[in-house]
Amino acid sequence: MNKSLIAIATMVAAMLSGTAHAGKTTDAIRERGQLACGVSTGVAGFSAADSKGEWRGLDVDLCRALAAAVLKDPTKVRWSPLTSQQRFTALQSGEIDVLSRNTTWTLGRDAGQGLVYAGYMFIDGQGFLVPSRLRITSAKQLNGAEVCVQTGTTTEKNLAEFARANKIQFKTLMFENLRAVLKAFFSGRCQAFTADASALASIRANDSGKPEDYMVLPDRISKEPLGPVVRRGDEDWFALVRWTIFALLEAEERGITQANVDELRKTTDDPAVQRLLGVSEEVGKPLGLDKEWVYRMLKAVGNYGEIFERNVGPNSLLQLPRGINALPRDGGVMYSPPLR
Amino acid sequence: MMRWRNWSLQCLVVGGVLLALYGLASIVAAKMRGLGVEPGFGFLWQRAGFDIGDALIAFDASDTYGRAFLVGLLNTVSVASVAIVASLLLGGALGLGQLARNRLLARLCEAYVELFRNVPLLLQVLIVYVLLIGRLPLPHEAWSLGPDVWLSKSGLALPWPVFTDAGLVLERPVLGRFTFSGGAVLTPEFMAVAAALTLFTAAYIAEVVRGSVQAVSKRQSEAALALGLNDAQTLRFVIVPQALRSMIPPLANQLLNLIKNSSLAVAVGYPDLVAVADTTLNQSGHAVECIAIIMAVYLFLSLVTAAIMNSWHGRLLRQQGGY
Amino acid sequence: MKRYFTPANLLLSAILLWAAWHLFDWAVLNAVFRPDAAACHALEGSGACWGVVAEKYRVIFFGRYPVEEQWRPLLAILLMLVLLGISTMKRFQNRRLSVIWLVGLAIFLLLLKGGLFGLENVDTPRWGGLPLTLILTVFGLAGAFPLAVLLALGRNGRLPAVRALCSVFIEIVRGVPLVAVLFMAAFMFPLFMPKGWDFPSLLRVLVGIILFAGAYMAEVIRGGLLAVPKGQAEAAQALGLSYWQVQLGVVLPQALRNVLPALMNSAIALFKDTSLVIIVGLFELTGALGLAVDGDPKWRAFALDGYLFIALIYWIGCFAMSRYSRSLERSV
Repeated sequence: MNKSLIAIATMVAAMLSGTAHAGKTTDAIRERGQLACGVSTGVAGFSAADSKGEWRGLDVDLCRALAAAVLKDPTKVRWSPLTSQQRFTALQSGEIDVLSRNTTWTLGRDAGQGLVYAGYMFIDGQGFLVPSRLRITSAKQLNGAEVCVQTGTTTEKNLAEFARANKIQFKTLMFENLRAVLKAFFSGRCQAFTADASALASIRANDSGKPEDYMVLPDRISKEPLGPVVRRGDEDWFALVRWTIFALLEAEERGITQANVDELRKTTDDPAVQRLLGVSEEVGKPLGLDKEWVYRMLKAVGNYGEIFERNVGPNSLLQLPRGINALPRDGGVMYSPPLR
Repeated sequence: MMRWRNWSLQCLVVGGVLLALYGLASIVAAKMRGLGVEPGFGFLWQRAGFDIGDALIAFDASDTYGRAFLVGLLNTVSVASVAIVASLLLGGALGLGQLARNRLLARLCEAYVELFRNVPLLLQVLIVYVLLIGRLPLPHEAWSLGPDVWLSKSGLALPWPVFTDAGLVLERPVLGRFTFSGGAVLTPEFMAVAAALTLFTAAYIAEVVRGSVQAVSKRQSEAALALGLNDAQTLRFVIVPQALRSMIPPLANQLLNLIKNSSLAVAVGYPDLVAVADTTLNQSGHAVECIAIIMAVYLFLSLVTAAIMNSWHGRLLRQQGGY
Repeated sequence: MKRYFTPANLLLSAILLWAAWHLFDWAVLNAVFRPDAAACHALEGSGACWGVVAEKYRVIFFGRYPVEEQWRPLLAILLMLVLLGISTMKRFQNRRLSVIWLVGLAIFLLLLKGGLFGLENVDTPRWGGLPLTLILTVFGLAGAFPLAVLLALGRNGRLPAVRALCSVFIEIVRGVPLVAVLFMAAFMFPLFMPKGWDFPSLLRVLVGIILFAGAYMAEVIRGGLLAVPKGQAEAAQALGLSYWQVQLGVVLPQALRNVLPALMNSAIALFKDTSLVIIVGLFELTGALGLAVDGDPKWRAFALDGYLFIALIYWIGCFAMSRYSRSLERSV
C-alpha cells in the first residue's frame, strides 16, 4: 500500500515537474506539431532555398536542431521567409516561434521591442572586398583607395570611423542600392567594396562571375553579432533555444560529431559526453526535454563546427574563415557554460 | 451679399488649409519623437559621420551635416554651370544648324534633336555612366591626353592651380597606389551627369533657337542681303540680336529645367545636394527637414536664375529700344 | 542642285556613310541575338549583344511579377495599347470613349492585381516593367488633369485667397525637381499617416506624380484660359449661365482646344519622367533593366546594350506621341 502510494506520488510529481518546466511556446509547438521558424528571403549560407525548394543555411540548421530537440524530428519545421520590415512584427505577433534570420544583436532590439536575443550563432563584422590582383592583405593598406558603399545603414559611419582611427583616407563612393554598387565595383570603378563580411562572401561567390579574382580582407571594422530572437516573457522557450546553441558548442568541444555520435553514445567513458548524450543523467529535464535531445540534434545537423563548415566555412560557397566564431581553445569567443 | 459670401468662402478655404497643415505638422512631429528623433534643424550642427568622395571643399566624417549640405550644393552648382555653358553652345549650334542652307547638315541637326529629346534623361545619364566605367581603363593603365592629363575609370585628372606658401602653383595629378590624387579630378559620375544634361538640354535649346531665329522677319535678312552683307554677317549683326529678345524667356525655362534635372545625379552616385540630403535623411531620420532644405535650395536657385535672365532680357530690350 | 555637291557636303556625306555602315555592322551584322553569354563575350565589343534582351526580357518587361502569372501583365499591356490606339481614331472620339476607358482601366487593374475570378493575388510591390510605366503615365495623367483644371481655374478665378493658394502651390511644385517630390512621397507621406495605416509605395509615388504633373499642366491650361477672348465669358454670363457653367461649359473647352499640343507635350514629359521612380525603389522599365542585369555576373557586362534597347522603346513611344501631337496641331 505504501509502495503504490509512493509510486503514484512520484508519478504525479514527475508529471507536474515536467509540465511546469515546459512553457507556453513549447506547448504550442508540440500541439502544432511544427516549429514556426522565421528566416530570410534568401541569404546564401544563412537561409536560402535551393532550386528544389529545400532550405539550407546556418540559421536553417539551428531551427532543424530545435525541431529535433523538441519535436524529435528535424523536418517538422514551417519556414517563413521574412523581409527586414516584417521580421520583428512576425515574431511579436506570434506568427513565428523563433527568428533565425542573421539579425544583428543590438541594445535597441534586445531591450525595447518585447523581444530577446537567445545567443550568438555567427559573429559578423563589416569587412572589405577587394580584387586579388591588388595584393592587399589588410584594410589599413587601402589608404587613398576609392571605396564603394551602399547608403542607408551604418556602413558609411563605420568606414569613416575606421579611417579616422587608422589615420588613413578613403575616397568614398556612395550608391543608392546594392545593384548599383555591384555594377560599379565589378566594372572596376572602385578598388574596394565594404559591407558585412558574410554578405561580401556571398557576393564574391555568386555575383562576381570569377570568385578567384576577389578576396574578402580579414579585417572586421564593426561588431555585427547574429543570433536567434524569441519573444520576451517566455523564459522556458528562451532557455531552450539558448541551451540548444550551447549544446552544439559543447558537443564540438567534446569532439562529438554527426558521424561518431552513435558510436560514442555506446562506447564513451567520458562523463561529460555521457551526460550530453543522455547515457547517464538527463540534462534536458529542466528544459522539458527528454534525454536524447542532444543526440537527435547532433544526428540531424552535427555540432556547431560542422554546421559552420557546411554552410559558411572555408570549404563552402562563402569560404569564410572560422576566425572569431571558433571555440576559445582555437582563439574564438564561442564559449558554452557546462551542461549539467 | 455676394461680397460676404466670397469673404466667408475664402476665410473657410484659407482656414481649412492652415488647419490641415498644422494638423499634419503635429502628426509628423509626434511620429518623429516616437522614433527618438527631435524635429528641428538642430541636427545640421551634428557630426555627419560619413565621407563624401567628390567634394569641392575639404570635408570628412567629423564635419557637420550642415557642411555636407554645402558640399552637395557646390556640387550641384558646379555640374549645372558646366552643363549650362556646354548646352548653350551645343544647342545654339544645333539650332542654327537646322536652318543651314546645307540640307544634309540641317537634317543631321534635326535628327539629333529628335533623338535626344525623346529619350528620358535618366536613361541618358545611365548610358553615359555605363559607357565611361565600362570602357575607360583602370587608373594604372590610364590614357594620357596630354602633359599630366589622364583619363581612367577614376575620371579625368587635370593639373589645377592651388594656393601654397609659394603662391599660386599648378598642382599635378599623381598616380598613387590605387588612383590619382592632387590636381583636379572630374569623376565619371560628374562627367556622366554633365554630359547627359548637356546632350539632353541642347536638343531643347536648339528648338528654342531655331524657333526664335525663324520668327525674325524674312524681310530683315532680305534687306541685309540687299545691303551687301553675306550670310554670316547677316546672322551676326541682324538676325541673332533680334532673335535673342524672343529667345530669352524660353531659354531661361530650359536652364531652370537643367538645374532641376541635375538632381538625377543621385542615380549614379554623384554627391549633389539631393544625394547628400538622401544620405543625411536616412542616417539622421530628419526626413521632413532634409526635404524642406532640398525644396528651399532649388526654389532659391530657380529665383536667382530667373532674376539673372530677366535682367538680361530687360537690358536687351532697353538696348534695342524696345519693340 | 549645285549646293549639294560642295566639297564640304561630300566630305560630310562620306563620314556619315562610314558611320552609318559601322553602326549597322555593330547593331545587326555582328550582333548576337541569341541568349548566349559566351557568344556575347566572344564579340569583345565588335557587335551588339541583343542576347541580353532575349535572356532577360521577362524581368525587363514584367519586373518581379511571378513567372507563371506573367501572361496577365502581357495582356494588360496589350489592352492599354489598344485603348490608346483607339483613342486616336476619330471614329471612337465620342462620349462612349470615357466609358470604354473606365472599363478598360478596371480590367487592366484586375489583370495585374488579381484576387478575383480565380486570378491569384499579386501585390503592388511585385508590379514592374512596362505595365508599371504605363500605370504611372496613364493614371498619372488621369489624376493630374482634373487637378490641373481646378488649379488653373483657381489661379485665374475671382477669389484672391484661392488665387494666392493656387499660385503658391503651383510655383513651389514647379520650382523643385521631381526627385524631391518622389522623396516626399517615399519618406514623408508615411509620416503623415496615422499609426497602422500603410499605403503601398506605388500609390504614394502615384500621388506624388499627380501633384507634380498637375502643377505643370495647370500652367499650360491657364495659358489656354487667358487666350480665350473675354467676350466669350461675358456673352455666356449675359445669357444667364452661372459662374461654373460659364467656366466649365464655355471657357474651358476652348482653352483646352487651344493648348492641346502643349498638353500632349506634358504627357510626353510625364512618360519620360516615370523612369525616375527607380530612385524610390519602384522597378518600372528603366529600373527593371537594372534589376535584370546589374546583379547577374554573366550579363552585367552587357548592361549598355540593354539600356540602348529600352532607350529605343522610350524613343518609339515618345516619337509616336509627338507625331500624333503634330497631327492634332494641324487638324485644329
